[in-house]
Amino acid sequence: MTTAAALRPELRDPLARRRLALAITALVVLWPLLRLSDFRPATLFDPVNLHVMATFVAGFLPPSTTPEFLGFLLTATLQTLAMATAGMALAFVVALPLALVATRSLSIAAVGPADGRWRGRVLRQAVRVGMVLLRSVPEVVWALMFVRALGLGPAAGVLALAITYGGMLAKVYAEILESADARPARALLAAGSGRVGALCFGLLPLAAQELVSYTVYRWECAVRAAVVMGFVGAGGLGQLLDQSLKMLSGGEVSSIALVFLALVFLADAISLVLRKVLA
Amino acid sequence: MSLRLEQVGVVHANGRRALAAVDLAVAAGTRVALIGPSGAGKTTLLRVAAASLRPTEGRVALLDAQPWALGARALRSLRSRVGVVHQAPPIPPRLRVVSAVLAGRLGQWGLARALRSWVAPADAAGARDALARVGLAERLFDRCDQLSGGQLQRVAVARTLYQSPRLLLADEPVSALDAATADAVLRELVDYSTAAGATFVASLHAVDLALRWFPRVVGVRDGRVMFDLPAADVTPERLAALYAGDLAQEGERPVEESGHGATPPLASA
Repeated sequence: MTTAAALRPELRDPLARRRLALAITALVVLWPLLRLSDFRPATLFDPVNLHVMATFVAGFLPPSTTPEFLGFLLTATLQTLAMATAGMALAFVVALPLALVATRSLSIAAVGPADGRWRGRVLRQAVRVGMVLLRSVPEVVWALMFVRALGLGPAAGVLALAITYGGMLAKVYAEILESADARPARALLAAGSGRVGALCFGLLPLAAQELVSYTVYRWECAVRAAVVMGFVGAGGLGQLLDQSLKMLSGGEVSSIALVFLALVFLADAISLVLRKVLA
Repeated sequence: MSLRLEQVGVVHANGRRALAAVDLAVAAGTRVALIGPSGAGKTTLLRVAAASLRPTEGRVALLDAQPWALGARALRSLRSRVGVVHQAPPIPPRLRVVSAVLAGRLGQWGLARALRSWVAPADAAGARDALARVGLAERLFDRCDQLSGGQLQRVAVARTLYQSPRLLLADEPVSALDAATADAVLRELVDYSTAAGATFVASLHAVDLALRWFPRVVGVRDGRVMFDLPAADVTPERLAALYAGDLAQEGERPVEESGHGATPPLASA
């Protein structure tokens, strides 16, 4: 094959060399990173380690079902769900105006282009930088700060989620909106419509499904983040898991893990139903 | 004057020149057809006339205003009085027909009304009236992806009629329609412009339609105005010169129709 291509230079794929170079570069970059992260999968299968893991996992069975613990579990689950949902709702409120400004296809000044386009470009860049700042600090770090300020409990987690997820939602909303066909929105802007009108009647009908499934997926991530923030004192399932782990009660840990599983299934089902409704 | 272009030139960002030294004045309430081979600059000319493309040279005035000297708010208000029928209907397939039509007045509505209409159609009766003019009244609450391409274009026409613009621009509005529907849709646009006293400028690739519905015909080629004549003076020789070398047009152009005042061959629906 290679020799045939060498014989007939006009048949040689002009992109082949670049692709090969990219693949080699990726490997060269990846290898030191794996070494740096101490990634040695062989140690997982070391007999001693396998035995330790087996005892650890065996301790998880059977899942704890004492009524008292189930009561705690229910309260903690509701608290985590509330934290995630309230955090997402606030994040949505933060993200919506940012995405509206950051989406290039909704720029009125780009039609023409009119004189305001430089101002628009500067504003859009400023908003993008703002979005980066919001999401650059992990939510658990924010949570640690807010726990100091507001005391232990889910309120700290809600604020932490609102900030980081606000930035994330805004970025991805803007990118989803920009990857939709811009012509309907441009036509509306060219007929004098404002941004919000062009969004509602031009872009949303094209992008609604993707926006909704991303939002539900982010809600699912927010549930997991709410669990992690529980470890730093934001309450909910995370705090419960922290206690159970510290008390070495594996049965409780596995009950909590089953709740995680159920929550992810729930998010998946919600996403599926909403996509069907919007199809 | 509804529309006045003076020495207008457009050079696109990629360096390609689309228009050169175009002079065109269209009096209020009159109708003008733009004809010419594909790539002649008709679409660019209409975009300049719609204040959606800023020319790189020359001066533009529409509806007695200079769009590129206006502030953002005034420009939006001016644009809301200019209606454009695009060659490909710019309507998202998942939108319902009623919303697609009502979106025509977004430029005249405030934010509150736009949002309210997004939740529930603000003026279903008005949308239905506009749809009735293009023969689609019964599709009011259907989704646009249930329509054929031709029907979708008629929805786009209904949107522009609902906008009730002072200056009506149409870029190949009927090229996707069958002959009878094309004629009927042009009749609706002409009737609207006559009844509302609105100016109507359309580019058409079917020369017979241009000559039948427009008293004045402008021939465009290579970004320049080749002729600007009453329809009666557009002779087959001028058409042959206008379209010389244009493969797409040669076969399609009905030669016997390129004379003046010929009987319409199409049944008007």
